[in-house]
Amino acid sequence: MANKFRSVETRYHEQRDSLFDGLSRLSRRGFMKMAGISAGIAASKGLITPHGFQLVDVAFAEPARPKFTFAYISDTHLYERKLNDRFVRAILKAVDDVNGLDPQPDFVLFGGDLAQLGKPAELKLGAEILKSVKAPVRMMVGEHDWFLDMGERWKELFGAPSYSFDHKGVHFVTLMSVQEKDFWTARGMTPEERMQTVAGLDNATQSRFEVGPEGRQWLKNDLAKIDKKTPLIVFSHSPLYKYYRDWNFWTEDADEVQAILAPFDRVTVIHGHTHQLLTHRIGNIHFHGMLSTAWPWPYAPEGLPKLTVQMNRADPFDQFDGCGDGRVDVTADGLANKLYNLWDRHPVTVKGSYLASNGSADRPPAAKLPTY
Amino acid sequence: MKLPNPSFVVLAASFVALAARGEPLPKHELPRSKNGNLVVGMCDGKTSVEVAGVRADQALSPEQGKTVANQLMREWLDRNPSVGTDWKKEELLAQAKAPPAADSRATSQESASSGAKGITTPRPDVQAAQTYGAFASRDEAIWKASTDAFVNEGNRIFHDAKALGGTVAISCDMCHPNAANTHPETYPKYQVQLGRVALLRDMINWCIENPVRGKPLDDGDPKLKAMEAYITAQRKGVPLEHGKH
Repeated sequence: MANKFRSVETRYHEQRDSLFDGLSRLSRRGFMKMAGISAGIAASKGLITPHGFQLVDVAFAEPARPKFTFAYISDTHLYERKLNDRFVRAILKAVDDVNGLDPQPDFVLFGGDLAQLGKPAELKLGAEILKSVKAPVRMMVGEHDWFLDMGERWKELFGAPSYSFDHKGVHFVTLMSVQEKDFWTARGMTPEERMQTVAGLDNATQSRFEVGPEGRQWLKNDLAKIDKKTPLIVFSHSPLYKYYRDWNFWTEDADEVQAILAPFDRVTVIHGHTHQLLTHRIGNIHFHGMLSTAWPWPYAPEGLPKLTVQMNRADPFDQFDGCGDGRVDVTADGLANKLYNLWDRHPVTVKGSYLASNGSADRPPAAKLPTY
Repeated sequence: MKLPNPSFVVLAASFVALAARGEPLPKHELPRSKNGNLVVGMCDGKTSVEVAGVRADQALSPEQGKTVANQLMREWLDRNPSVGTDWKKEELLAQAKAPPAADSRATSQESASSGAKGITTPRPDVQAAQTYGAFASRDEAIWKASTDAFVNEGNRIFHDAKALGGTVAISCDMCHPNAANTHPETYPKYQVQLGRVALLRDMINWCIENPVRGKPLDDGDPKLKAMEAYITAQRKGVPLEHGKH
């Protein structure tokens, strides 16, 4: 979105995407009007030849019209600027992206792991940068923000890690899902050692993520007053399902949490932590991962959800490849279309209809370069 | 060319056969010294010598050991006069060309007429007696521990920005948990971004220079070797496929 240099192909696809985006936002009347102006005869049949793209019949595309949109930035893993400016550049790029969205999203979700090692200076830097986001920011906590001081500083800056709100008929819940059972006391670890251990994926020292009994009780209480027909969108840093235990792509009490969400007709979980395009469905619950601005992670050697269409593996020579930010379009029927704005690549949209049809409709394009 | 003494072959064959059946190997019973002196036996299983003035529980000095060895050799040569002074050469020939076991019967018949007699030293089959291969589980445990220690050292460096010489607190595992997506089995290959054929170590050094912002390691650097060991160990069982993209 905010790249200075864009190839012909990129510009072509951006035009194309914005056109389709615009089309899907139009009412039928609005569409007919626009179609009439641009291509009279074609429009009389509900067909249009925009910019020389292939004919698109949008007359039947109306159910996908978004009711509202929010954007996300996630997993920025900031060090202090004087130590490492690489990740600072990346979050600034993401902020430019979301500020460049037109129309502006209703709000911007920050998906957790603002800091790399939970240090006050790192959190402060992140908070300052996020102040320049034009839309309201909804904060979520990640394990990298938490385990130095067990969330003290983060809570001072951003408030309670679990909260809920209602927006345009959808009930939103932000859930603190990166609790870990105490592995540090018995080992006599300092807070820094504890943080460093949690910051690594491939160690067996730390415990697995969990919402925990208190968190689950809080969630139950929060949802008790919500009608089961109300669309539910849950923000969680950990995936809220069991993907790959060894890397903590995992929530230990995922089954219990899912049981609390299961009675609702439409549930979408948007999670961070995994730094990759990730799609899953369990019952009525749709799961979407978020991209990191800092670095992409390889797909785990096992446990990849069947519905996930992998993104191309990242080019290590391009800092931004495989990274990015994104947007979620919530449709009138409460489904979420999840846009992965992969920097330096075509964006990928995983539609709610793809998940609702269990993968038979609207399948995202397959990766050309899958994981080794 | 002088052929190896055929009686060697017969003895070797029977030796191997005994071992294969799991029966105890012949043991050299040394005569006891009446005076409680040390008795030293020779590897032929027959010759022995009593060392006057040294008790059975005492050690020999190097000089005494040399004297004893010379004495044993003299006795052995006295009992095997046909070997003559050429026995060293014969032994060298025998080592250079180990006859196949299948030929042993035919050659043993020849030996009766060739007049080569008296060499009774059991000489095990060259293959079986080879040092390399004659290892116990203890040896294997030592090798495994050594290899694991090497791999673990690589694991440590891989996870430690300072050990890598990085200046921006980035370590390899941040992008490559368990060395995932390092695909060592695909090297050497043409690395498109570098415009040349690269080895795994070139890519390790590329990462050290770029995202890690450290100095590339020398080819012989133990850190580089250890990291190669760790990365390769993570891909055990994956088929080698150099050049794969």
